[in-house]
Amino acid sequence: MATSREELLREMRQPSLWQRLSAADWAWLGLVALATVATYAVLWEAMNHYEVVITAFTAATMVGLGWHWSAAKTYMTLVCALSLLAISRYPELAAAQNDFFLRYLLSSQSAIMWMSALFPAATLTYGVALASGHAFTARVGTALTWAGAAAGLIGLLVRWHETHLYAGGIGYIPVSNLYEVFVLFAVITALIYLYYEAAQNTRSMGFFVLLIISASIGFLLWYHFEREAYQIEPLVPALNSYWMKIHVPTNFIGYGCFAIAAMLGVAYLIRARVADDSPWAARLPTLKQIDEVSYRTIALGFAFFTVATILGALWAAEAWGRYWSWDPKESWALIVWLNYAGWLHLRYTKGLRGKPMAWWAIVGLFVTTFAFLGVNMFLSGLHSYGEL
Amino acid sequence: MAQTAASLTAGQTSARGENRKGLGAIWLEFLGSMNLAISLLVVVSIASVIGTVLPQNQAYTDYLIQFGPFWFEVFRALNLYDVYSAWWFMAIMGFLVLSTSVCVSRHTPAVWREITRYRTHVREQSLRALSQHRAWQSADDPARVGEVAEAAFAGHGFRVRQETRGQATIIAGMKGRATRLGYLFTHLAVVIIAIGALADGNINLKIKEMLGEFVIETRDLPVSQIPQQSWLPAESGSFRANVTIPEGSFTNVAFLQVRDGYLVQSLPFRIDVEDFHIDHYPNGMPKSYSSDLVIRDPALDEPIRETISVNHPLTYRGHTIYQASFTDGGTKLNLTAHPLTGRGQAQSIATHVFEDTPLTVAGASRTLEVDDFQFFNVNRDPRAVERVGAADEFTNVGPSFNYTLRDDAGQAQAFHSYMAPVEIDGHWYYLHGTRSAPDQPFEYLHIPADDSASMATFMRFYQALHDRSRVDAASTRASERMLRQMGIANPDLGVRVAATANEMVTTLLDDGFGEVNAQLEGRVAGSARSAMLLDFSRAVLQGTLFEIYREIKAEQTGVALDRIQLNNDQQRFFEDAMNAVSAVADYGAPVLLELDHFNHRQATGLQITRAPGKNVVYAGCALLVVGVFLLFYVSQRRVWAMLSPRSDGGTDLLVAGTNQRRPELFEAEFTTLTDALDKHLRQPNEGSK
Ligand code: HEM
Repeated sequence: MATSREELLREMRQPSLWQRLSAADWAWLGLVALATVATYAVLWEAMNHYEVVITAFTAATMVGLGWHWSAAKTYMTLVCALSLLAISRYPELAAAQNDFFLRYLLSSQSAIMWMSALFPAATLTYGVALASGHAFTARVGTALTWAGAAAGLIGLLVRWHETHLYAGGIGYIPVSNLYEVFVLFAVITALIYLYYEAAQNTRSMGFFVLLIISASIGFLLWYHFEREAYQIEPLVPALNSYWMKIHVPTNFIGYGCFAIAAMLGVAYLIRARVADDSPWAARLPTLKQIDEVSYRTIALGFAFFTVATILGALWAAEAWGRYWSWDPKESWALIVWLNYAGWLHLRYTKGLRGKPMAWWAIVGLFVTTFAFLGVNMFLSGLHSYGEL
Repeated sequence: MAQTAASLTAGQTSARGENRKGLGAIWLEFLGSMNLAISLLVVVSIASVIGTVLPQNQAYTDYLIQFGPFWFEVFRALNLYDVYSAWWFMAIMGFLVLSTSVCVSRHTPAVWREITRYRTHVREQSLRALSQHRAWQSADDPARVGEVAEAAFAGHGFRVRQETRGQATIIAGMKGRATRLGYLFTHLAVVIIAIGALADGNINLKIKEMLGEFVIETRDLPVSQIPQQSWLPAESGSFRANVTIPEGSFTNVAFLQVRDGYLVQSLPFRIDVEDFHIDHYPNGMPKSYSSDLVIRDPALDEPIRETISVNHPLTYRGHTIYQASFTDGGTKLNLTAHPLTGRGQAQSIATHVFEDTPLTVAGASRTLEVDDFQFFNVNRDPRAVERVGAADEFTNVGPSFNYTLRDDAGQAQAFHSYMAPVEIDGHWYYLHGTRSAPDQPFEYLHIPADDSASMATFMRFYQALHDRSRVDAASTRASERMLRQMGIANPDLGVRVAATANEMVTTLLDDGFGEVNAQLEGRVAGSARSAMLLDFSRAVLQGTLFEIYREIKAEQTGVALDRIQLNNDQQRFFEDAMNAVSAVADYGAPVLLELDHFNHRQATGLQITRAPGKNVVYAGCALLVVGVFLLFYVSQRRVWAMLSPRSDGGTDLLVAGTNQRRPELFEAEFTTLTDALDKHLRQPNEGSK
């Protein structure tokens, strides 16, 4: 039994972050560090110093994410391994047709098609789970969602490699046209959802969130078959910048969060109608859970959307000569931002809860969707690439 | 969570609302109120919507067409063509900033208290009221318990203050107070960004305009003739201007577009453009373009040389110079004008892009306005599989140029001609396009290229068709041959046939084959053997043309006319030539311009901006990001330990804590804390909760 003050302190001091790291965490750190060094070794010549920094930053993010959320370790490892496998079998474009693996699994086109099958399947499964209250089915839903997210990200990474296989130095990061960002949207939204599913340990929200993902898949497929949007086209000079690599993904974390919040709004309105004694009450998420996750996602979305908008301004300053030109995309970014600032104020400072906030979150999705799609469809401006 | 806000806003507002206060105070109340803030957030959003749905800063005439005179005026009055610099939009923004700053200033004291005060003065019942609290009756004496509690708090990362009130001792701990700074940072950032943006926004320009410090120029004048009243002095305020500079030329001004006119912005230095480069993707799309600039400034002892490109601007003396666009810089063109009237000689012309040259070809006088020049034209090869990137699927058909011919009455006709012949399924043609109206696509004359890949043979053939005597001779020979073949020996029939052939040639030249057929059909109508007659007449016409072609071939090759043989290509050429002749009738221009030689000169489009507020805005942004993350991802936690000595020498201990932002997370934290206490306190019996 400790006596002196010093001893007491020593005994009661909480372990620091480093002390709390498990062996797996250290292994993960090592793995990512190794991968980063390897990346530099292979690509050093091709990188400008911004890209060197971005790579380091990405590595740091991966480490942090892995430490904070251990399922992410497996996910990232698998995605990277499979993408590398694909790339190693992919010396020239023809391989996509000749190589069995690429043709049916790992070429960007087939990977994205797998994603487009897996997410709707996940939606269905979650739906059945919700209707039947069957726990195992829900677990299958989660597995399918993970698989879909993996397929999608692999699709993008491999597509990145593919762009570099074309003649004439076309190579670019595939987050630069509507087709590509739709894939990105589906993947990011799924991942953010999976995080909160684990955090809240309930799968009952899955159906609602996967609905919006499936909707975007629907659009993606239409865009693919009607417009042949999967074609890899060279970038216009203004887009050819390292800013793209950080601005777009950041932005889509925002969009993904807002989309989830809106679907939870729907869930909230439904749950609010269900009598507590009905069997549905048990299967649907509780109002408290929905409320909590909505707030979390909108906060996360707002934070990242803020960063994304600022990055956008920095890029604009470099590409168009002005950090803010009130071009439609920018104005709508502001609208979205102010809209959620308003939401947060009511929710946080006035402590407003319940249906009105749910409705607001749903309306918010329409505003966001317009900023993301409508602007490209109906309004022209500096952002008029990525047109439909 | 709710009560935080209450403590900060609503609460205070209503609390103050009770007692009477002056008008100023009420105003501040209103300005700083959350309701106003939120309403303003919404209003700004809606206003921004207008600005995006209605295309901004278009030519006023476009709006006029779009909305008609009445609404055009209304919208203009409301400044909807430039919403974001409209006074009312500025006003709303100003309000938002004002309200934010009032809000910040009003809350700062409260926030500061939250950050600095440990609340050592709490009363017992308020601690018991907290959802997270626990009590012990320990056998240890107060001093010892105090040590343990303080160690436990410190061990869990709390900063600790101690205070003794009469018998009782209170140990208060706090961590994660940075979240309070988050509030200050976000809201200060909003204000800072707004101030910076204001400095860069064009309201200072608006103010100057209202003060009548300058007049917007709407005419298209050379710089030297623009009156001083439309000039802006160098290094005054912010601006965003554009200028186009041909290679090897320079500028020390730029132009900023204001509503339906422009102003001249003078620069404190001179920009020379030494060279402009552009490289392309295989499909002809520009991949990147760049300009070699030289900055000359008396203040510099060495001129600055730098190459700028898209996404890689150059900043000098607070001005940033961007690669914005490119156009032709007045490429020099050497042309040959071939008369299409049959009279006059071909003549050569030297001109430049964007230059007007008077022309008199074969009596007809026109003004030649060269509108543009394309160094190359890449077409996707229709035969290639639809796949981007593979270089083989694209073909470059070489340079082309656009020009307009304007007659004395001011009537204009637009043309587009290629310099080199273009291959169309195995045969080569010179393409000369024209169009009936600006919104129509160009329709091209296909003039066959001869064995030496030139238009010479065709031109010769075409001229020959205007030579009466030649046509006579040819038609006579043709008709005689035909009659002979048909075994008809009838001289004056021959003469008549020949005469018809001559007329048909003239009709062909004036109106094309369509008209020729029409006339023929008119003639043979009613006659018994009309079909046969038609074929015959056509055959004669063709024969006549063919005779002329043979003649020319004979002249060119020096072979005697009766011994000349034509190969398939030449046969084919003849057919193409006939079609071209017919098409020329619709071409509608007295001359055909052939591009012999050019001297390519490009111009770079630069955008020059000056934004003094930029760094302020960036600083604000940094503050905003930090603030937002502090707000969301740090949460302030407070804990208290209240010790009061017991008669038996032991101690009554009450420990409580809160996390206003994330209570759901606090439960676990509180438990580990109390468990730690359990381990180190001697406690005969657990106190009531
Ligand atoms: C463009 C303007 C504004 C923006 C972008 C903005 C943004 C934010 C954000 C993101 C939060 C955090 C909400 C949360 O923690 O869930 C917040 C909190 C808050 N805002 Fe604003 N705000 C703005 C204007 C105002 C105004 C005008 C007021 C004055 C009434 C105000 C008062 C507050 C208060 C009291 C809080 C709570 C801070 C705390 O207790 O931690 N805000 N604001």
